[in-house]
Amino acid sequence: MKREPFFWISISCGLVIMAFILLPLIEMMTAPSLSMLKETIQDKDVVRSIWLSIYTAGLAALISFVLGTPLAYLLARTSFRGKRLVESIIDLPIAIPHPVVGIAILSIAGKNHWIGQILSELGIRIMGSVTGIITVLTLVGIPFYLNATKAGFEGISPRLEKVSRSLGASMSSTFFRITFPLAWRSMLIGLIMCSARAISEFGAVVIVAYHPMIAPVMIYERFEAYGLKYSQPVAVWLVSISLLLFLLLRILTSGNRKET
Amino acid sequence: MIKIQDLNINLKEFKLRNICLSVEKNEFFILMGPTGAGKTVLLEAIAGLIPLASGRILIGEREITRLPPEKRGISIVYQDFALFPHLTVLENITYGLRFHRIEKIQAEKRLDRLLEVLNLFNLKERLPVNLSGGEKQRVALARALMVEPKVLLLDEPLSALDPNFREEVRGALKSLHQSSNTTFLMVTHDFVEVLSLAGRAAVMNKGHIEQTGQVKEIFEKPASPFVADFVGMKNLFKASFNETYAMVSGLKIEIGRIVDPSSHYVAVRPEDIVISREKFSSSMRNNYSGIITQINNQGFYYEIAVQIKDVSFKGLITKGSLIELGLEEGIPVYVSFKASAVHVF
Repeated sequence: MKREPFFWISISCGLVIMAFILLPLIEMMTAPSLSMLKETIQDKDVVRSIWLSIYTAGLAALISFVLGTPLAYLLARTSFRGKRLVESIIDLPIAIPHPVVGIAILSIAGKNHWIGQILSELGIRIMGSVTGIITVLTLVGIPFYLNATKAGFEGISPRLEKVSRSLGASMSSTFFRITFPLAWRSMLIGLIMCSARAISEFGAVVIVAYHPMIAPVMIYERFEAYGLKYSQPVAVWLVSISLLLFLLLRILTSGNRKET
Repeated sequence: MIKIQDLNINLKEFKLRNICLSVEKNEFFILMGPTGAGKTVLLEAIAGLIPLASGRILIGEREITRLPPEKRGISIVYQDFALFPHLTVLENITYGLRFHRIEKIQAEKRLDRLLEVLNLFNLKERLPVNLSGGEKQRVALARALMVEPKVLLLDEPLSALDPNFREEVRGALKSLHQSSNTTFLMVTHDFVEVLSLAGRAAVMNKGHIEQTGQVKEIFEKPASPFVADFVGMKNLFKASFNETYAMVSGLKIEIGRIVDPSSHYVAVRPEDIVISREKFSSSMRNNYSGIITQINNQGFYYEIAVQIKDVSFKGLITKGSLIELGLEEGIPVYVSFKASAVHVF
């Protein structure tokens, strides 16, 4: 069978995109020598900032999970006036430039704002603190969790919940016995996307908290101060460790797959 | 057993108006009606899954209007089965047990009986994804009956099944109904199901009930033009009445009885119409000559449209008769029917 030109155009475009994504990444990942990588990971500052990146992103995902799950369920199951508006508001952090997110957070956390005043009375500091980092990471990550989880809930027929109720299960029993077991895979994907987004955040964090230094800020600082060669090894470690963690998470949770 | 009084529902897509319905204990009651009539909405309202605008629902002597679904003792079976995909057949069936106080021995007895009646013994450990449509619906039935509900609501339980499975599940429904104390309320638009299962039935249209009564009564004495049309009265005409006959655009139809002066329509079921090439000499009081305008193949039957003056009658005949009589479009025929076959409302 003779292939049409359209087929070859599709293939070529696909190859260009693959190369566009993979070439720079492969080049960066393979640029530092092993000895340099080893030296970098022995640097206490590097380890500290990678660890900070991972656990603040993890906490942002955890906060999204706790706060976001009920909202995602509500959005999936009900229709109300202004639902579109709520959904657009949720997508806002994806659309606005990252430094703007940081500036926005600072403008309510400052001494001139009543929220900032309450926070400072409670002894909570946003500027230049881990709390601040987690705050902005949650803000930029939560839309991804909400959208994935909402889609997961929407994929479950409301009739399953109705049947469960009619069989005697209360609303909460129904959620934990039917809805959650069927949706948790989507929730997990939401968590991974949320924390992946959080780990990669730079612009918002650098405004709110240059120190303590998360890995992307350190990579930027080393690039500014010493150039490409010194920033690459930190980047390699950050990318490798995060990929490994996500892979591990998926492997751990893909076991005893009953339903397909 | 089920008493619905002046029930009104206002949803975006559906409105139910002044629904009054009363179903006896252990009755097999069927709700009929075209798509969009609000049958499913009514079922879900009875189950407590949809909020009412007004009205009351009683089960036995107990008012359940404000009870949450889990406290009503009403099970529901949907057309698409709604089995829990992450649970095995056995886990699906016994799902409701943990929410009810049922003695273990009794529960096991009931489980065994349901597995036997519904022929599910060999499927216990399967997941729903590995079941056929008929098997899925049998599991859904077992799950619904396992908690021994006072009322079982069935929302077109057979319509998603292949014809051969349909018969099998229909049989199961019948025997389950006969061997339990549960009241069955089923939605369908399949007349075979209505005739083989139901005692009484109601016809719904556009959110209200058109007629309630014995199935025979609904099919034989439709109370409104809509019901007549819905249950298959194809020949439905606006008429004026005079003594014992009706006038339908200049056509005189003998009814053989004095009719209620408030009547406006006459109807004749297509299967009550006799079509012949020669003038039919019999006791039938209505005989007309006309021209065949259309012949429609309807599977086992052919629907013949005959134009008589300004009126078009539809009759049903078998393929054999069609060939024997040599019927074709455009040829003249005679149409006859008994006066007693004319329904007036």
